[in-house]
Order: sequence, then C-alpha cells, then structure tokens
Amino acid sequence: MKVLVAVKRVVDYNVKVRPKADGSDVDTANVKMSINPFCEIAVEEAVRLKEKGVVSEIVAVSMGPKQCQEQIRTALALGADRGILVETDAELQPLAVAKCLKAIVEKEEPQLVILGKQSIDGDNNQTGQMLGALTGMGQGTFASEVTVEGEKVKVTREIDGGLQTVELKLPAIVTTDLRLNEPRYASLPNIMKAKKKPLDTTTPDELGVDIAPRTKTLKVEPPAERKAGVKVESVDELVDKLKNEAKVI
Amino acid sequence: MSILVIAEHDNAEIKGATLNTIAAAKAIGDDIHLLVAGANCAAASEAAAKIEGVSKVLVADNAAYEHQLAENVAKLVADLGKDYSHILAPATTTGKNMLPRAAALLDVQPISDIIAVEAADTFKRPIYAGNVIATVQSSDTIKVVTVRATAFDPVAAEGGSAAVESVTIAEDAGVSTFVGEELAASDRPELTSARVIVSGGRGMQSGENFEMLYKLADKLGAAVGASRAAVDAGFVPNDMQVGQTGKIVAPDLYIAVGISGAIQHLAGMKDSKVIVAINKDEEAPIFSVADYGLVDDLFKVIPEFETKL
Repeated sequence: MKVLVAVKRVVDYNVKVRPKADGSDVDTANVKMSINPFCEIAVEEAVRLKEKGVVSEIVAVSMGPKQCQEQIRTALALGADRGILVETDAELQPLAVAKCLKAIVEKEEPQLVILGKQSIDGDNNQTGQMLGALTGMGQGTFASEVTVEGEKVKVTREIDGGLQTVELKLPAIVTTDLRLNEPRYASLPNIMKAKKKPLDTTTPDELGVDIAPRTKTLKVEPPAERKAGVKVESVDELVDKLKNEAKVI
Repeated sequence: MSILVIAEHDNAEIKGATLNTIAAAKAIGDDIHLLVAGANCAAASEAAAKIEGVSKVLVADNAAYEHQLAENVAKLVADLGKDYSHILAPATTTGKNMLPRAAALLDVQPISDIIAVEAADTFKRPIYAGNVIATVQSSDTIKVVTVRATAFDPVAAEGGSAAVESVTIAEDAGVSTFVGEELAASDRPELTSARVIVSGGRGMQSGENFEMLYKLADKLGAAVGASRAAVDAGFVPNDMQVGQTGKIVAPDLYIAVGISGAIQHLAGMKDSKVIVAINKDEEAPIFSVADYGLVDDLFKVIPEFETKL
C-alpha cells in the first residue's frame, strides 16, 4: 500500500526564537531551519512499515516556499520514494494545509496518511484532524504504536491519564507522538541517492485550493519575565522561605 | 449569539478542565450552553446542570458517543455548532483530538490553546514552545477555540441550575472503533489540577529513586510529574510528563528535582506561581526561572526536606 507523509520546514528546535522589535512577527531571518521533529517521526514510521513489507511506496509532501525542498530531500534520504512540493510564498494556516493535502490525497489515493501531531512553531495540533474531517477518514492522533492488520490499522494513542487503543478502517490518518519511534539518521550515501529521487512541484492554485488566511496575527511579544529568584543555602532556609515568605506550604 | 462549550467527562463526572473553559467562555459572553456527549451519561449531565454560569445543558446520550471518538463527536459538534458564535473545548487530549475536526467540517480555522480573551474575536496564545505570545484575530463567523485550563480560574461546580435538553442527533461515522484503554492508577491528585507538584528529571537516575519524590509528595499533598528525559529513560510512565509535548501545569508550587530545564520542559511549567529548583549543577537553566534554588545533591536534600516538613 501507499503512504503519504506530510513534512514541515520549521525553525530548528534548538534555536531560541525572539519576536521582532516592532512586534509584527517572529524573527526568522538567518535562523537554522529543520524538518519538524514530529514529522521526522512520521517519516520514520512510514519507512519502518515499508521495511516490514506492509508499505510499497512512500510519498513525502511539503508546503511553503521553494526551500521546503530541503526538508523533502531529508525525507527522501531517510527512505521516502518521491516528493511533492506545494510551492507558495503566502502564509499557510492549518486549514489551508489540510485542504491542499486533501487535494493530494484524492490524486494519490494513499491508504495511510502520517503527519506529526503538531509543528513546534505554530503549536497548533490541528492539521491531521482537519484532514480527517475533509476526507472523512478516521484519525489516530498522538500515536505511540501503529499496527496495520489487513484492511484496518490499530493505533495506540497517548491520552491524558494513560493510553487508548482505537481501530480505524483504511484509508486512515495517523498523527505521531514523541514515543512512536526514534528516527534514524540519514547516511551520506542515502543523502546522495536522495538527490536523484523524483520531486514534483505544484501550487495551491493548480490544486484548486483557496489558501486565504482566516486569522490575523495582530502582535507577537515575549512572555512576561519572571522576577529573578534567590539561591538558598540549606533545606532549613528553603522550608522557611516556602512557609513564611512564599506561604505556599 | 450563544457560546457552546464541549464538556470533558467520563460519563459519570465532569472533568475539572471544563470549569476553566467555562470561565474563558464567560469572558466572551454570557449565554453559555454546555454539551455533554456520551453514553449513559445521566450523572455527568446532572453535574453539568449545577455548574455556575451555564444557561443550558445539551445532552447527546448515545452509544456512538460512549468513548467520545473524534469522528462521531466532531460531526455532532459541527451540526449543533452552526447556531453558535463560539465553540470552546478544553485543550486536553480529548479537546485537541476532536475540535479541529469539527472546525474543518464548519470550514473554520480553529485557534488552539488560548491563554487570554482580548475581545470576542481576539485571543492570546503561546507559540514556539511558549517563547512567544501571539495575539490573533479570527475573521471566521464561528470562532472555534481550545482553552488552556491553567490560564483561567475555574468557575464553581455548584450553584447553577441550567435547563437540560436532550439532543436526538446520533451518528456513527463507522470509520473508527474503541478497542481499549490503559489508565495509570494513582491516589495522588491529578497533575493538571494539583496545587503542588514535585517533578523529577534525569538526575533521579532510576525509577526506584522516584520513591523519594512520592514520599515528599505525600507529605505535601502533591502530584508527581517528570521531565521528558525521565520518561524516555523509562523511570516513569509518559502521562507524568510535564512540557510542551506533555502536560501544561501551573500549580502554586512546582518543585523541580534533578531537572536541567530544557525549553520544552519550561513551556509546560513556567506559569507556576512559585518554582523551586534542586539541582547540583549551578549552571542548569532551571535556575533562571526558579524563585528559590538550592544547589546540592538531591539524594541528600530530598530526604532531609521530607523530614523537615
């Protein structure tokens, strides 16, 4: 069966971002960009399913400016077979991304779509669920285990308080949580091979999708600073401060 | 226009985060309807009717909603939601799973995890792991929003007297089935609503050493949390994880033990009222957010701390 994996280009998770001085947006100029960590887990899961013989082809798709090609190439180096870039310089919100993905799902007809549970820039945690609504497919969100059994997929989900297992009819959508797997590193020969794998480019217009943003960011600002704390010398002093100064115990 | 709040419940009880979500709804408007979708959920609906500030409780009692599978509940919420100006749910795993699906059915861009209501169409929410706060305005006719519970003080669970109305729509999308659940049993308070939290990190060195934290927590009436490092090392189960990808907490007192303070962890706890850090590395980033820091060996400090309480 065919798997579609969505990958997003985001500011690297090690970078501490700051708002621009005028508060209009986050300063992303000259900042290191990477594949979103949850998307990396999604690619890894697709590759493992292929290694088990469950999956025959992996298609990696990304949306955004031309540079998103780098993240598709990373996915190809990790084991995806071909890539699709939906190229646009416009701002893409999750609803628009879900609509573009729906158009690609209709064209490619994958049996499984794997996404990360959230991107570490917008922290929205929406795209997979919205794609589920638009395609009518079942959704296994925050997955920590995925097992394909015939025409169904069993997904163990991380929920508040523990784990929940659901069974979905294929085709279905899975969004990955951190503990699903540990992504591999791309080897140099695979990075070289990835350069020769096919990568098609399309646009939201060609897919017939309206990507007009529905929300507007009025302002971004740093969170309120905490006032500087004090170092205490002993447990006695700590207990005393908590009792008499902070009055929390 | 009215506001629809989706109640989080287990068919018997309404979960605490619902009360915080109603508080956020009150900041928007005052005609608040609460939807309880479940199976055999009479007890939960009765409790819902008593919540302060709720004018009507809608009850969808049907086998299709028993485990609140997103595919079925989202359809119900989208059908009912057409008549509302706002649809709110707590930003718990249940809310995050279901609400974006309902929003897409309504062709709306949802707004996740709000921490403040600026106006009926304008909200504040953290992005980039809480390192940036964005103020966003929605141009959609229906605002679909999930609410970070720790950012709003809960309304009272008693004192209201809402009318209860049953909803007859029942649809099973037929694409998903519930197989089973494994919930971690614990006598301690629930992490997201605890007044005091004691959290352990990689510095705990093993799962057995968490016993020390449990003892301390029991003296304080606290919940026990963990950093991702402690979860990944297998010391404790992952539902104890505090952070951007785990639970977001804001207790009165947060005691971080053997936690270095990676930004992903700070995103989950830095709104706590008082933060205490116990770490032997005085350069650890956790000290930059701690109100009280103690640079020492946790294996010496924690037992001493416990006996002196």
